[in-house]
Formats: sequence, C-alpha cells, structure tokens
Amino acid sequence: MSDVFTEERANTLVQDYGGTPPPIGAGPSDPGNGGRQDSSGKSHANAILAMALFLGADVMFFAGLIGAFVVFRFGALHWPPPGQPLLPLGITGINTGILLISGAFMVKTWQNIDRWPHKKITKALTLTTLLGMTFLLVQGYEWFRLVAFGFKLTSGTFGGTFYTLIGCHALHVMGAVLWLATVTVRLARNRLDQQQRNTSIALIGMYWTLVVALWPILYGLVYWN
Amino acid sequence: MSEATAVKEHISHEHHGFMNTYIFSLDHKMIGKQFLLLGLIMLLLGGGLALLVRWQLAYPEQPLPLIGASQHYLETGEAETAMDSYWDSELSKTEDEQGWLVQKMPVGIITPAFYNALFTMHATIMVFFVVMPILVGAFGNYLIPLMIGTRDMAFPLLNMLSFWIAVVSGAIMLAGFFVPGGHAATGWTGYPPLSTDPAWTGVDWGQNLWCISLIVLGISSLMGSINYITTIINMRAPGMTYMRMPMVIWALFIVAILLLLALPVLTAALAMLVFDRLAGTTFFNPAGGGDPLLWQHLFWFFGHPEVYILILPGMGITSEILPVFSRKPIFGYKAMVLAMASLAFLSWIVWGHHMFQSGMNPSMGMTFMITTMVIAVPSAIKTFNWLGTLWGGSIRFTVPMLNSLAFVSMFVIGGLSGIFMASSAVDIFIHDTYYIVAHIHYVVFGGSIFAIFAGVYYWFPKMFGRMMNEPLAKVHFWLSFIAFNCTFFPMHILGVGGHMRRIYNPMQYEFLQQFEHMNIFITMSAFALGLTQLILLFNVFHSMFRGKKAGDNPWNANTLEWTAATPPPHGNFDAIPTVHHAPYEYSAPGISEDWLSQTNELQPTNGNGH
Ligand code: HEM
Ligand SMILES: [Cu+2]
Repeated sequence: MSDVFTEERANTLVQDYGGTPPPIGAGPSDPGNGGRQDSSGKSHANAILAMALFLGADVMFFAGLIGAFVVFRFGALHWPPPGQPLLPLGITGINTGILLISGAFMVKTWQNIDRWPHKKITKALTLTTLLGMTFLLVQGYEWFRLVAFGFKLTSGTFGGTFYTLIGCHALHVMGAVLWLATVTVRLARNRLDQQQRNTSIALIGMYWTLVVALWPILYGLVYWN
Repeated sequence: MSEATAVKEHISHEHHGFMNTYIFSLDHKMIGKQFLLLGLIMLLLGGGLALLVRWQLAYPEQPLPLIGASQHYLETGEAETAMDSYWDSELSKTEDEQGWLVQKMPVGIITPAFYNALFTMHATIMVFFVVMPILVGAFGNYLIPLMIGTRDMAFPLLNMLSFWIAVVSGAIMLAGFFVPGGHAATGWTGYPPLSTDPAWTGVDWGQNLWCISLIVLGISSLMGSINYITTIINMRAPGMTYMRMPMVIWALFIVAILLLLALPVLTAALAMLVFDRLAGTTFFNPAGGGDPLLWQHLFWFFGHPEVYILILPGMGITSEILPVFSRKPIFGYKAMVLAMASLAFLSWIVWGHHMFQSGMNPSMGMTFMITTMVIAVPSAIKTFNWLGTLWGGSIRFTVPMLNSLAFVSMFVIGGLSGIFMASSAVDIFIHDTYYIVAHIHYVVFGGSIFAIFAGVYYWFPKMFGRMMNEPLAKVHFWLSFIAFNCTFFPMHILGVGGHMRRIYNPMQYEFLQQFEHMNIFITMSAFALGLTQLILLFNVFHSMFRGKKAGDNPWNANTLEWTAATPPPHGNFDAIPTVHHAPYEYSAPGISEDWLSQTNELQPTNGNGH
C-alpha cells in the first residue's frame, strides 16, 4: 500500500512541479534585507505599485458613475430633456485643451526627471499647477452660470448625473492641484532629496495623468450632443 | 550591519507601551488579531439578530422566551414575573419616554418594523462585519507576511488605519439601531424604492447611516487591498516564486484584486443613493427620470464578486489544511490557481442571475444563465482536486481537518443549489423563497464560516502559542455540523413549497401553515447552533491563557509561518527565510520525514528509485 502511495505521489510531484522545482532566487525580493522598509528602492517600487492600484479602484468608481450616466443618456428620448439648458460646449472645449496641455507638461517632466535641471523641473510643475487651477476656475465659473440659469443637482437625471460625475472629477482635479502645489513648493525650497523627488513626481504624475485622461471621455459623453 | 543586529535594532525602536502594542499597533499580526476580535464580537451580535428572526418565524407574534411577558400577564394584565412588571411600567409611559426595548418589541413581541431591520442587519453584519473582517482582515493580515516570508506589510501605517476605519464604520452601522425610525429595513441588498423613500418603511436616518457606514468601510477595504497586493507582489522572500506561494496566499491575492475593483462600484451606487435621499436627486426614482433597476445592476455588479470575496479565502484555507492532514501534496496546484482566477473573472459577468425576475430584458436572462452555468466548471475543478488530494492520503481527523471536510461537502451542496437557481426557468419559481436562503447559508455558513473555524483551529497555536482544547473543539464541530444541517437543509423544502423570504408572519398565509412544524424545528436547530458557538468562544479564550504550550510546528506543516518562533516576534523571522520548494511536499520520496519545509534545502528524489 505504501509503495503504491509513493508512486502516485511521485507522479503528482512530477506533474505539479514539472519534476524540478523552479530555481531559488527567482522571486523578486531582495535577499539582503528581505523586504525591510529601510530600503528606499523598495519603498519607491511599493509606492508606485500602490498608486497604480489606487488608480484602478478610482477607475472602477468612475465606471459606476459613467455607467449610470450612459443608461440615462442613451435611454432617454430627448437629451438634454426639454427645458434644460445646452451645456457650454465651446468654452469647455477650450478648457479641455488647457487640461491636456497641463497633462503634457506633467508627462514631459516625469519622463525627463533625471535629465532636466532642477530649475526646469520646478518651472514645468509650476506651469502644470497653474493650468490645473485655470481649468478649475473656468469650470467653476461655468457651474455658476448654469446654477444661475436654474440648472441644479435636482434637475432630474440630467442635472443629477452632470453634477455628480463632473463634480467628482472636479474634486479629483482639486485634490491633484493641491498635492501638486505642495510638491512644487517643496521642490522649489529644495526640501526633497533625489529619491523623494523622483517618488513624489512619479506618484503625482500618475494621478495627474488619470485625472487628465478621464476628462476627454467625460467631455465627449456629457457635453457633446 | 548584519541581519541579526538590524532586526534587534528594528525591534528596540518599537515603543513598547500598551497603546502601541495592543491598540494602535503597526504589527500585521496584532492587526490581524484585532480584526479577528472585531469579527467574533460582530458574529455574536449578528447571530443574536438571526435568532430573533427565527423566533418570530416559528412563534409569530408570541413573546420571546426569558424577556417576554408571561401568558398570564397577556391574558389578565396582572404582572406576574419581573419582566411583566418591567413591560407594565414601560407601557404606561408616554411614547417619548418609553425605552428602546419597548419600542422594538413591546411585551417581548417583535414588531414588523423591527423584524425588517433584524433580517436586514443580520445579513449586513454577517457579510460586511463578520466574514470579511475575519477571512480577509484577520487571516489576510496574519498570514500574508508570515507565509511569503517577510517582516510586515508594505504599508504598516495604512494597515492600522484600515482596521480603525473598519471600527468606525462598524460603529456607524450599529448607531443605526438607535436613531428615530429604526435601522435600515430593506434587506441587505437595499433595493429602491424601499431604500430611497422613507415613506415606504418609515426608516430615515437608519438607511442613511447604512449607506455612510458602507462607504466608510469601502475606504478601509481599499487600503487593505492595496496593501495586500503590494506586499504579495513586491515583498516575497527569496525563492518564493508565484508558483510556490501557498494556496491561501493565492486566494487572498485574488480576493484583494476583487475587493479593489468591486467595492468602488458599490461606493458609487451608495453615493447616488445618499444623494437621492439627502440632496433630492432622482437616480433611482422614475418620477424624475431615474431607474430603480439601475441600483440592482450596480449592486449585483459588485454583489456577485462580493460573494466570491466571501468564499475564495475559505477555499484557500481548505487547500492549505487538506494536504497537511492527508500528508499528500495538493492535487493539481496549477489547476487550483487557474480555477480561482477564472472564478474571479467569471464573477464579473454573471450578476444578472440575481435579477431574472426584475423585469430586465429577458434576452439578457439567457446570457446570464449561460455565464452562470459556466461557473460550475471551475467550481468542479476545485472540488475534484480537493477529493484528489484526499484520495489515498493518510488522513488525520484533526479538528481543522474535520472543519475543512465540512467546508468541501457543504460547498458542494450550496454550489449545486446554485446551479438550479441559475436556470432562469427554475428561478421563476424559487426566486425570493427560502430556497435562496438555504443556498446562501450553505455557501456562506457551510462554506465561509466552517473555513473560519478550520482556520482558527489550525493557526491558533501559531497566533497564541498554545493549543486549543481538542475534545471541546470536536464537540463544537459535531454539534455545529449537525445543527447547521438541521437548520438549513429543511429550508430547501420550505422554498420549493413556496415559502417566501423576508416575511413577518408565515402563518398569515394559508398555504404556508402546513410548514409551522418545520419552522419550529428550524428555529430549535438554529438556537442549538447559536448556543454551540459559545463552546468555541470559551475554547478560544480559555486556550489563549490555559492551553497546552504549542511547539513551533505542531502539525508538521511545510509553509513558512511554521518556521517562525511561536508566537512570532515583531519582525517575524530571525533571518529572512530562503524558499527551496513548493509548499506541499508531503511524503516526498527520498526524504525520511513525511514533510519537507519550504526552507529545507533537501531535494526529494524523483520517485524512480523507491
Ligand atoms: C456554483 C456556484 C454558484 C452559483 C451557480 C450561484 C447561483 C446563484 C443564483 C442564480 C442566485 C440568485 C437566486 C435568486 O435570487 O433567485 C444566487 C444567490 C446568492 N448566492 Fe449564489 N451561486 C453560487 C455560489 C455562491 C457562493 C460561493 C456564494 C457565497 C459565498 C453565494 C452567495 C449567494 C448569495 C448571498 C445569494 C443571495 C443574494 C440575495 O438575494 O440576498 N453563491 N446564487
Ligand atoms: Cu451571484
């Protein structure tokens, strides 16, 4: 009995693990400190991965809201419903351009982080921040006019989806601008060492890219008719 | 600086106060234990709510035992017992002055409004505050760093925050019981219009708190899942390749991905629901162009991945325990991993099977029926591979093993009832009946909760350094197993007999009166099941202080946590282990012992020369 058992076992072993187990050291961990937090390279990699995961979750959150919007918009006979205003297509189009340019600045900085001199990086980030603020101001002004027209959160599903969807995006931009401003100020004051600088710029760069990339989709879906 | 001194330094940097060790600890093991405690407390509470529900179903509108008024008082109005006088004095007060208890259950009779809150909160608490905190929070935190061979999670601070945010969320949820209008009463699925308009249920802030609590819990879960995934990807010990990871780590990894992507969808839906309730939007209200079905789509798009979040860690734990106590490698490691991955993938495209009767486009019903049936394939792969693991093994009927065997067999029953329900033609008949309740409980109690039992019995020696009392644990297992089946099996019959779920008084329906005895039998079994859990609680707390001291590796198991000291110190390992093997090399040919630790450098012979 025990012989039969061993034979069977040996077969499973060969099938499961292809005879010889994979080589030692194939794992990605650094053998020296086994994942202790004092290694800055490791914590950089961890932070980047965590940010990517967070963005994944964020995309799913927007997917929920966008899903709702799509159901309403393409299920409605008239969109915008009678009596509701047309959304400001032109000025928001320009605003889209502003945000995209800021995104381009961000990506360029991020790509050239080890090549550009410190001054240039700070300057590019300052411009990115200012463009982000401009986007927010223009959008705030447009909201102001829409509300004055009588278009509110409670104006049916048209108003509800508009303010929650665009509002959630605006909150993201606001958070990103504040964060970016903090990073830029600390950079200008030389408060970050090279590693910290690279990590912060990579993180805010990822976040900014998502916020910018989402916008043309929202613009196309929500504003375009 | 050598590894050992680095560790010593790291440890001595820790503050050793009570607060930092037990309350705001950053150590993944303590945070895991905190989640375990949170889950066990909530288990008692959620179980208590269920027993109240069961009492009402078996003895509709009769006073509860012990706290209810006596028959004599009800007939004559004369107080006989101490409780009689209590009810008497409470009832003579004006409505504003009356205590909480008398509003919910005057003279010990549960009111219809409170009954609705009871079953809603039973499910909400069990899903979000028992099974998730224990299986994902407790086992995830405790096991991931130990089993992949690292010192802690990638982000210990985030980890601590994730626990305390879960506590805040739990407090918000419980607060709902005490607000005017009572707690949410829509069922755990929160369907509009019940959930959007207080006019239907009379519930106002209860529902708001329900939404807010779950949004807060979403933040906690987001932090946890980011931490788990980062840790597993970036911090494995040298030699710990993906295909050498223990199955439970694979399960927790996949669950973390599901959590990461599924919960934000619920958050979005909850945000819309809160806006509908508080800000006057009409997302789910047809009067303003909204659509109640949208909620169902969003909820179940989250909800079906959620049920796999509840079961996958249990599958992982079972896959850990079966090989150890069969002294055999797990059968088909790769197939098991792929089956879990495909379960996770399929869980995104089956949500409509909860909505066959909802009025959604019937042609979608066919699509969802087919995708749902496909789930049976990976489920069957898991089941047959567990059986393959047992086949020909030298099985040891320890308590963790008994509970894992219960997991496998009960999961099969629950999975099979799932296939019936997945057929949309059959589901027309059994949707919203006790058949569904039977299914839920075979998978979540028979599956997840037995896996929790198994996991607690299995890892307790490592967690607390002591063995649990074995005879007591066996009594607990057998009583639970028998009482569980007596409670939930008859529900299949009730369901086929047309017994609706979520009704206050079945005796109001003539065609259900024939089921009175079955309902009484179920309730008695449920009380037995509830009381049996006191044995477990006693055993846990008694063994924590009085149990026999455990060695480092009491089960002769291979995985890394058993190479650490018992209980593992802060930082887990003296030196980070190097991994040489897959995790399930039991009874390997050419090795004198019947186990081979993942850190052991010996190589088994290839089996030709036995
Ligand atoms: C073979 C796998 C499974 C299949 C085919 C399946 C199928 C189904 C179907 C069709 C329903 C809806 C029935 C109705 O409402 O009319 C359902 C409900 C449910 N299932 Fe499953 N299921 C499976 C596994 C699981 C697992 C593993 C879990 C959890 C751990 C689970 C938990 C639930 C819950 C909680 C509900 C009820 C939700 C509610 O309405 O409150 N199922 N299942
Ligand atoms: Cu489902």
